[in-house]
Amino acid sequence: MKDIEIIPEREGQVQRKGDASTPMACNKKSTAGSVSQRACVFCGSRVVLYPISDALHVVHGPIGCAAYTWDIRGSLSSGQQLHRNSFSTDLREMDVIYGGEKKLLLALRQLIARYKPKAAFIYSTCIVGVIGDDVEAVCRTMTAEAGIPVIPVHSEGFKGTKKDGYRAACEAVASLLGTGSTEDVKPHSVNILGDFNLAGETWIIKKYYERMGIQVVTCITGDAKIEDIRRAHGAKLNLVQCSGSMTHLAKMMEEKYGIPFKRVSYFGIEDMSAALYDTAKFFSDDPTIMQRAQDLVREEVGNIYPQLQAYREELQGKKAAIYVGGSFKAFSLVRALRLIGMQTAVVGSQTGGPDDYKQLAEICDEGTIIVDDSNPLELAKFVLEKDVDLFIGGVKERPIAYKLGVAFCDHNHERKEPLAGYVGMLNFAKEVYSSVMSPVWNFVPRRQPGRAHTGMPSAQEKSVSLEEKIP
Amino acid sequence: MLDGTKAETTERTALRINPAKTCQPIGAMYAALGIHGCMPHSHGSQGCCSYHRSHLTRHYKEPVMATTSSFTEGSAVFGGLANLTTALQNIFSIYNPDVVAIHTTCLSEVIGDDIPTIIKKARDEGKVPEGKVVIHTNTPSFVGSHVTGFSNMVTSTIKYLAEKTGKTTDRLNVIPGYLDPSDILEIKRLLGILGVNSILLPDTSGVLDTGLDGNYTMFPKGGTTVEDIKSMGDSFATIACGHFASHAAATQLENQCNVPAGFLELPIGLTGTDRFINAVRQYATIDIPEAIEEERARLIDLMSDLHQYLHGKTVAIAGDPDHVIAMTQFLVDLDMKPKYVVTGTPGQFFERRIAEILKDSGSNATVKQFGDLFELHQWIKQEPVDLIIGNSYNKHIARVENIPLIRFGFPILDRGTHRLFPTVGYTGAKRLIDEMVNAVLDKKDRECDEQWFELIQ
Ligand code: SF4
Ligand code: SF4
Repeated sequence: MKDIEIIPEREGQVQRKGDASTPMACNKKSTAGSVSQRACVFCGSRVVLYPISDALHVVHGPIGCAAYTWDIRGSLSSGQQLHRNSFSTDLREMDVIYGGEKKLLLALRQLIARYKPKAAFIYSTCIVGVIGDDVEAVCRTMTAEAGIPVIPVHSEGFKGTKKDGYRAACEAVASLLGTGSTEDVKPHSVNILGDFNLAGETWIIKKYYERMGIQVVTCITGDAKIEDIRRAHGAKLNLVQCSGSMTHLAKMMEEKYGIPFKRVSYFGIEDMSAALYDTAKFFSDDPTIMQRAQDLVREEVGNIYPQLQAYREELQGKKAAIYVGGSFKAFSLVRALRLIGMQTAVVGSQTGGPDDYKQLAEICDEGTIIVDDSNPLELAKFVLEKDVDLFIGGVKERPIAYKLGVAFCDHNHERKEPLAGYVGMLNFAKEVYSSVMSPVWNFVPRRQPGRAHTGMPSAQEKSVSLEEKIP
Repeated sequence: MLDGTKAETTERTALRINPAKTCQPIGAMYAALGIHGCMPHSHGSQGCCSYHRSHLTRHYKEPVMATTSSFTEGSAVFGGLANLTTALQNIFSIYNPDVVAIHTTCLSEVIGDDIPTIIKKARDEGKVPEGKVVIHTNTPSFVGSHVTGFSNMVTSTIKYLAEKTGKTTDRLNVIPGYLDPSDILEIKRLLGILGVNSILLPDTSGVLDTGLDGNYTMFPKGGTTVEDIKSMGDSFATIACGHFASHAAATQLENQCNVPAGFLELPIGLTGTDRFINAVRQYATIDIPEAIEEERARLIDLMSDLHQYLHGKTVAIAGDPDHVIAMTQFLVDLDMKPKYVVTGTPGQFFERRIAEILKDSGSNATVKQFGDLFELHQWIKQEPVDLIIGNSYNKHIARVENIPLIRFGFPILDRGTHRLFPTVGYTGAKRLIDEMVNAVLDKKDRECDEQWFELIQ
């Protein structure tokens, strides 16, 4: 493969640990004309709010934005499944000319009558921002008429990056806070922020806290119900995972309700245990909580450790490339990989901030390549340069990894096994192992040096003895 | 989840629930990928481009390349001229494609960016290197569907590139429609057996079905070359498959270069493939080789072996209009009963054509253009069917109503192999029969009472 150049404008967004002096120039819009892996404001809002399963999610715009976000996230719900439908105003030419407000109002009226949801979120897409519909006004009218919160989400795609979408989602959620009764909220209680119950992960984490004697008021937004969000302000502590999406909400809740927050991660043994201990420390008025946390960690780690050791022996010394949405997840992954004997050679994220990258550089080994908002060519270049054995990324990276003959693990929203918690760590090791050690990679050209590009021998090569009989 | 769907149909004027279509740009992007060395470019915000690429990747399980103008608030106010100019410059200097195929998005359509003027300006300023091609098409998503976007891109490609030198070649143009790469390969195989030289546009084989060769290339070997597209104006005829995805392009070529065009449906199923083969025969004035006769005979043999299992089975079909039209015809050939026939793409032609196909079949079908899967589900709740044929989005209905789903069309997000097996040609028809009969018999084996469970069905 010929040398791939880095787009000059992107030079500030690629660093190698050891020779980087300036802070990462991240948080930029993607360069026009690059094959960016990034999504838009709407995407950010949609993924954060989507798991609220008893609310109506209506995409106000043309059909595409709604179609591409229809039931593609595996955010599981224990109750209603309303969120898994696709509702949109499917704006047409006439609506674009004359405005879509009437259509939106009518759509909401019909939908609310049909489904009787607990709340409704109305997403504005790019076009709405340009044709100038007053979505707020429609929402106000419907709130008054239907008696449920009808909440506008300002998610016009061009008004920033995915991060701004998270922000808009946080604001939408915030409008529900403080409207429910906190009567049955206990003194030792938390909210889980930034877990989306992919493959049922929220359920795993929730059980840990409950075993420690801590009440989980709500998770925002994994398996969230509107009623629970309404009383989330009663909790004593917010635990913020996926810091990129939820820090804004945590800060708002701290300001308004005096609820402190802690950044946590549930990936990997170290981070998972730290999350439980940090929480226990916070509730130090009851020492039995810490006791229970210690017991829990001991038991859970004891359960998975022997199996992890076995994986570690096999995976020792293998190299990985990581490209994920949020930088905080990248930290956990670097650590989790280390736990199973693997080294991170390339790491990047779509939405990290300068501090995140600094921190990332601290925990990585010398020479690790660190990138912000990368593109496929760049990623392929680094994967080949570092000769990695595993790529961890999302839907768009998977086929690229495979084309290069590299194993893959989806740590994005298309994962089908829970990767959080202790059991998640084991699942992660299992998934990494099953892909990295798959015999398919023995057949790929990279492992068959000196062969033609398909890995087949040339006419002259004598690799099979034609006389020999197979017994 | 879809247990929320009730059988009663209430007035629903202003909203779309569970669409049977998506937006124009993704179709344009897919069509552009069928041009050799082409970088599709999405002129709008980065979100659309990201969604389209992900969606195509989920179906094709292949890397999908496209660039974006990355609109900001500034571009939304002042227009996308600066973004597109910078984008063109960057694309050529970094990725160096032969062609950039620009499509618009809702946003740039509403802003009203004048793409040809922007391209011309970029050229004048030397931002497009000598010998490189830039084409564009308009794809407002508030009109039509992804099929419209596909058609627009193919038509624009011809408009930009096809030329008539006056020297007619021995080549036949085939505009195959919104098909998978495996389908394109099958059409090429058939044309090979028929001994007809051809140009297919677009041709995504060798682009979105490449093997693992240890390399990652932005521009794989496949795709119709610019040179071939140019010479389409000199071909002796054009066969266009599909009213919605291909006919506009053939009409354009007919008007532009005087190439006579045959307007067919997709060569799916027996009749569809017969018509295709026959059209090729007539235009190329050839006899049909025995090998083709044999393929056809094998299909008919299979149809006769299995006809009793399919007779009278009722079917709901949803999907893209050209696919659904061709499939409906095939179901009639198989003595099955299409009961609900839906496309999300708007266009009255669809309903007229389906009615024509079903006229003598005794099938009393509900047919709808611009429909959606929610409504289809309501109909099925009122009166069920034996089979559902459509893309992955029908799986929710299939599960709730316990009806087998035959995955067909675009997109198939939850299975891995459909893209590799053609549905066109006599070969494709055999595969479709295989899937349908097995679905019917598997269900029976699984669910019938033990006293009716037999080794031999
Ligand atoms: S805004 Fe983008 S994704 Fe949405 S419908 Fe338009 S082109 Fe499609
Ligand atoms: S139109 Fe805007 S909101 Fe919709 S996908 Fe595109 S960038 Fe995102």
